[in-house]
Amino acid sequence: MQNNAGFMKALKCRECGREYPLTATHVCEFDFGPLEVVYDYALIKKSLTRAAIESRPNTMWRYRELLPVADGPSVGTQVGFTPLIKADRLAKALGIRELWIKNDAVNYPTLSFKDRVVSVALSRAKELGFTTVACASTGNLANSVAANAASAGLKAYVFIPSDLEHGKIVNSLIYGAQVIGIKGHYDEVNRLCAEIAGKYGWAFVNVNMRPYYAEGSKSMGFEIIEQLGWKVPQHTVVPMASGSLLTKIHKSYQEITKLGLASETPWHVHGAQATGCNPISHAQKAGLDFFKPVKPNTIAKSLAIGTPADGFYSLKVMKETHGHAEDVTDDEIREGIKMLAECEGIFAETAGGVTVGVAKKLIASGKIQAKDSAVLCVTGNGLKTLDAVTGHCGQPCEIKPSLREFEALLAAEKQSLVNA
Amino acid sequence: MAAKIRIPTPLRKLTNDEELVEVDSATIAEAINELQTRFPGIKERLLDDSGAIRRFVNVYVNEEDIRFLQNQDTALKDGDEISIIPAIAGG
Repeated sequence: MQNNAGFMKALKCRECGREYPLTATHVCEFDFGPLEVVYDYALIKKSLTRAAIESRPNTMWRYRELLPVADGPSVGTQVGFTPLIKADRLAKALGIRELWIKNDAVNYPTLSFKDRVVSVALSRAKELGFTTVACASTGNLANSVAANAASAGLKAYVFIPSDLEHGKIVNSLIYGAQVIGIKGHYDEVNRLCAEIAGKYGWAFVNVNMRPYYAEGSKSMGFEIIEQLGWKVPQHTVVPMASGSLLTKIHKSYQEITKLGLASETPWHVHGAQATGCNPISHAQKAGLDFFKPVKPNTIAKSLAIGTPADGFYSLKVMKETHGHAEDVTDDEIREGIKMLAECEGIFAETAGGVTVGVAKKLIASGKIQAKDSAVLCVTGNGLKTLDAVTGHCGQPCEIKPSLREFEALLAAEKQSLVNA
Repeated sequence: MAAKIRIPTPLRKLTNDEELVEVDSATIAEAINELQTRFPGIKERLLDDSGAIRRFVNVYVNEEDIRFLQNQDTALKDGDEISIIPAIAGG
């Protein structure tokens, strides 16, 4: 074990509290509970002030005391601090007073929130001496591991379901990673990777590096608070695949308020899923504290995890914060993508359509009140999931390079507006 | 009736580092009891106080999650492969 652990103290089982050294290990030997990083908050409080944070570069690493690396980041030093957009037109369309979009569709370098977790996982993997990294992925994580490993000079193996969107496959191959398509659902990819991880000495970012990896998601929440002027948002709507992001957004709000960087106003964390893969939202709506696994069937492939590892804790967070879950159909997902694009000029991937669609439902049902303020987490870029909307957003009008044809086109458009 | 159980890394201390264990049981529940007889202490790692499979343990028979089959009553036949896998994060 390294002598210098930065602000980390140990890994600790979330179920039974047993502690483990800060190595590449992810489950408690006793009850298989997930291990989580424990920090020295007293030490953190001494150096992490608003002034210190604001003096640092605009990246996720401005909160480095709360991220689990010993010596500071060595991979992905430019990641994060994505825009928080005040979405007035979408607010009006959804019927809410105030709405914000946290736009990780433009995260650096691979256009999804996964760059946050990978930056942490690979920095930590290098500290622990690994030279080969790997992941099980629904696409975005594969892209990010491939790109960040390339820039860090690490060898990468990425495992994905073989039926992923074309864009997400090309976006992994281009960086020279070894891409392995598994004929099966993500849950099957996951199971295989758990077995592979036990056998080879690699840093599997979401298997044996998971305690570090998952903490990277907190940076999205830290940024939201700072960008709102050091205020915790009343409502946050978060897409759920494994449920990890939702639990870490909640943890980020807890940490910032615990450290006195923002005052502790009540917050509600809501979860969004696709109806074709809704184990967590189904359980939340039925009032259960456990979920039943499902076989996914949805265009939101990045959220298609039928056995969500953090499903249990996501349900707990929603219960504690009086949040709700909801799910939307493939048509509602496409409608959500279009609303966000047409109102705010942001092209999100399918998971973004899920988040917008679910926010619409929660506002319409009064679970998020019209007088309130909400933040929607957009986690990935629409250019990667073109397959999902192609054929559903119209066709370009083709004309000859002739003014007469153009004017005929305009006249027809005007006529159709009159008829409508 | 021999089925094979792949033992995950966190449990191998109990199985003297054996990765693959053959059992002669008719169901998953019986297989867990058989493991317990041979490797005392393994049962409490897999089952909670109420006797249910712990919530972060996933059990598969021939790559199918037993929650899609008959849970601990899932029948075993000759040549079946059983995997015990901790729940892992998303991607």
